[in-house]
Amino acid sequence: MKKVYTRPKYLKPVANHYCPGCGHSIVHRLVAEVFEEMDIGERAIGVAPAGCAVLAYNYFDVDFVEGAHGRGCAIATGLKRRIPDAVVFSYQGDGDLAAIGTAETIHAAARGENITIVFVNNGIYGMTGGQMAPTTILGMKATTAPFGRDAKREGYNLDITHLVAEIEGTAYAARGLITSPKEIRKSKKMIADAFQCQLDNRGLSIVELVSPCPTNWGMQPLASVKWIEETFTKHYTPGVLVERRPVSG
Amino acid sequence: MAEKVLMRGNNAMAEAAVRAGCRYYFGYPITPQNDVPEYLSGRMVEVGGTFIQAESEIASIYMVLGASAAGGRVMTSSSSPGISLKQEGMSFLAGHELPAVIANVVRGGPGLGNIAGSQSDYFQMTRGGGHGDYRMIVLAPGNVQEMADLTYLAFDLADKYRTQSIILADGMMGNTMEPVILPEMRALDSLPDKDYVVDGMRGKRKSRARLSLILEPKELEDHNWKLQRKYKQIQENEVRYEEYELDDAEMVIVAFGTAARVAKGAIRRARAEGLKVGMLRPITLWPFPSDVVRQLADRVKEFLVFELNAGQMIEDVKLSLEGSANVNFYGRPGGSIPTPRDLAKVIINRYSQKFRLI
Repeated sequence: MKKVYTRPKYLKPVANHYCPGCGHSIVHRLVAEVFEEMDIGERAIGVAPAGCAVLAYNYFDVDFVEGAHGRGCAIATGLKRRIPDAVVFSYQGDGDLAAIGTAETIHAAARGENITIVFVNNGIYGMTGGQMAPTTILGMKATTAPFGRDAKREGYNLDITHLVAEIEGTAYAARGLITSPKEIRKSKKMIADAFQCQLDNRGLSIVELVSPCPTNWGMQPLASVKWIEETFTKHYTPGVLVERRPVSG
Repeated sequence: MAEKVLMRGNNAMAEAAVRAGCRYYFGYPITPQNDVPEYLSGRMVEVGGTFIQAESEIASIYMVLGASAAGGRVMTSSSSPGISLKQEGMSFLAGHELPAVIANVVRGGPGLGNIAGSQSDYFQMTRGGGHGDYRMIVLAPGNVQEMADLTYLAFDLADKYRTQSIILADGMMGNTMEPVILPEMRALDSLPDKDYVVDGMRGKRKSRARLSLILEPKELEDHNWKLQRKYKQIQENEVRYEEYELDDAEMVIVAFGTAARVAKGAIRRARAEGLKVGMLRPITLWPFPSDVVRQLADRVKEFLVFELNAGQMIEDVKLSLEGSANVNFYGRPGGSIPTPRDLAKVIINRYSQKFRLI
């Protein structure tokens, strides 16, 4: 009998700690599949975030450095500069990347660092228990925005992938969903294209994966998926935001 | 024999780093250490290394962490407010057990303070500074030659103990020009092997993670005791100090760095007046030469601690003496640096009161 589905080589055979309906495990799997298919897992080095994916190195079977909150792109820069032929990626959530790590992210892009960012956006702080994130959309409730985000009170949400896409040093920026098999396939292609950018030394690549957080949204998993498709994507439209050719000379 | 060259302290430190095999430097401009990034921005290109002027002190210390995790000899430098910003990353370097060399060319504080030389970061450097139980080797150069020599040594110590080595200089030391004999250029293939780095599995080994998140309290306690055993080893092996005119001394000045330099001039003046004064100059501020201080008290009962701050190292002197001698203090915070003549007056005054001269 032909085996059609199995654990990717670069995921450890362990159970993960993610909540039911969380998107992290899907994103982990996509990245691990891409490593195997592109044959880059043996030279991959990841930077784990402070956030829900803090234990990413317990699941990915590749080398890892644990980062401090927000510093993923700076650590990835140090790793990549020391070992240019390594495939270096920073795995980050929205609080990590778009709040405390905004400067590190924007400037890694400005330098055109040959690193890949895997950015999981669920619009909320997950691990700390549902506080407002920079990506929390207007009207969305959080433990630190109990009446729902109001522009006058809490300000607007930040589309950091769009910002990063505007920067000349960014070779590739895309936003994908993981709400259906079809969207998951598209997102996987984006992840592969991002790592290909790094292999081609074209500059910074970022893939944002819009991801459900049923626990902190207070929704059932299926309702979370529906809410992403109907509401969240109005603020975070999926697709390739930018793809730049290498600058000659 | 290498020839003598005239160099600024900051530049001597930077060149010594390159010669020690440092090929990765990440920094951010702040006075009075700007010579270091300016020098290395060109020098790293010449030797095929990496120089990045980062977006912040915070980013630069994490670039240091990344390059160190990947096995490089790596350095950053800054001055007081910038070092405050680096403290989180320094705590992570300690927890991850990664080597790095960090220079603090201290300026007057607190706050934005000023850009004159000061020693007011003694506590911050010798107590760890960031969160958690950790220590760092703190080397305090006393002249431009030592800016080079101690920087060269700092890389070996950092690798040997997988710890951070701090060069604690100040604005005066960093910007003084003196003749210096530079150390030999180290061949990169002579650097120590590191079996803990993350450089990709390469089909040769299992995956590896460098981290400091240890959720199980007992395991984190064990990790802490392991760090403490390492620090104890450093205390046993790496104490460095200079004795100056101590043989017949009845009064001992304890001073480091630029203050020790001023003190030497003051002691010469005091000796010319017939006063038996000497100096103990700690070169490692951590580990502090506690045993030497304690042994001195067997024959000397009068100590004067002189610092370019409001009194920080004096606590280590007192802890070392455990009440076995009198300790006085003369300090100048805020970037003021007294002349040897000023300090000689203080010494002569104190000595006269104690030993009833005149």
